[in-house]
Amino acid sequence: MSFTLADLPYAHDALQPYMSKETLEYHHDKHHLAYVNNGNNLVKGTEWEGKSLEDVVKGSFGKNAGLFNNAGQHYNHMHFWNWMKPNGGGAIPGKLEAKIITDLGSVEKMKEDFIQAGITQFGSGWAWIALKNGKLEIMKSANGESPLVMGATPILGCDVWEHSYYIDYRNRRPDYLKAFIDHLVNWEYVDQLFEKAAV
Amino acid sequence: MASHMTRRTALGSAVALGFAASSLGLTGKADAQAKTDMPAKANAQPPTVFTLPPLPYAFDALQPHIDAKTMELHHGKHHQAFINNLNTAAAEYPGLLNKPIQDILKDLASLPEAVRMLARNNLGGHANHSMYWQIMGKPGTKPDSEISAIIERDFGGLEKLQTAFNTAAAKVFGSGWAFVTVSSDGKLAIEARPNQDSPLMDGKRVLFGNDVWEHAYYLNYQNRRPDYLKSWWNVLNWDKVSERYKQAKAGTLVI
Repeated sequence: MSFTLADLPYAHDALQPYMSKETLEYHHDKHHLAYVNNGNNLVKGTEWEGKSLEDVVKGSFGKNAGLFNNAGQHYNHMHFWNWMKPNGGGAIPGKLEAKIITDLGSVEKMKEDFIQAGITQFGSGWAWIALKNGKLEIMKSANGESPLVMGATPILGCDVWEHSYYIDYRNRRPDYLKAFIDHLVNWEYVDQLFEKAAV
Repeated sequence: MASHMTRRTALGSAVALGFAASSLGLTGKADAQAKTDMPAKANAQPPTVFTLPPLPYAFDALQPHIDAKTMELHHGKHHQAFINNLNTAAAEYPGLLNKPIQDILKDLASLPEAVRMLARNNLGGHANHSMYWQIMGKPGTKPDSEISAIIERDFGGLEKLQTAFNTAAAKVFGSGWAFVTVSSDGKLAIEARPNQDSPLMDGKRVLFGNDVWEHAYYLNYQNRRPDYLKSWWNVLNWDKVSERYKQAKAGTLVI
């Protein structure tokens, strides 16, 4: 099974003013496409050829850096587009909200800690909410890594590579993270992943 | 009360303070407080102050290869943030960062864990960027005969050096740098490092280096890092490279 780039689930300009059309054009059409193409080239002839994306990511971690980086970023970005929506960041579905309050303190605390994780990820990487051993945790990871390789299942992630925000926010990563959590997050999609992971 | 006594005793000697603190059975917190106060008062040494080195040319001097806005943000915001973090750390941990930068970076392992990553990232960032501003300049300089001969010897020519360097820089996944290091006997080598790591962390010296964090090129080149890498050679200041090469051989090149 080869990797393919799915269309964005909304128009390139749908997330303005929080994420510009230009950013999405480069980020989805160029950066994500490069991960897909590189991933397809690098998986050929390896033991992971024909495996599911998650198996490629988990299997190649620590063993094949080039393949892992590209497959990992393909996995991360595939979800990232769905973790956002126009007019996002609204109410969190009840069961997920209750779980956030139990495991992460409160919705406000969750947001604060998520933003902090993104700010303190030095260099390129991601901020996460993931389910690990039945509990939600805030995590961060470098480059193409994700909770998948930390024994957890990601339910929300925010890309803090500079290409994700430099056109719109320049060096102001905290402003980007705040906009993401307050105005972009598609909590219904987060909830779907939570329900699936919680089974 | 105990805290007052500790502070007054601290004006005496460090030995007396240690004795007073332990004999009074202070809590861990107060003890830590006393230890923090001690070196500052005993040595009356102000914390090291880090300052942003001025850019040795105008923001627009490197156009069209690097745009003025990128330079303004890169120098005034990104490098300044490292400086700010270092000054906060220097005030919090007096005495730990008051050595030459290259000496601290060479021996990060000796720093307390709480400061180690902070120094690695921010002092590394400060050293890398201070070097970066210095080795760039208006387009038009050329390698002199001495450096040309060395490049021929170590890489087989300038074009080969450029290709190998650009390949190393293109391969950095995520944020990082590519460097040409120079040994004390003048031998050159290419190496890449993640984030703000530097060959200085292994006690090596850097002849020049290029920043491949996306903030170094994204406004102008977006996802096209290879184009930035290619264009960047136009703003490498070969006069400065020659000067640094001589300093490296003389043992006077610091960062």
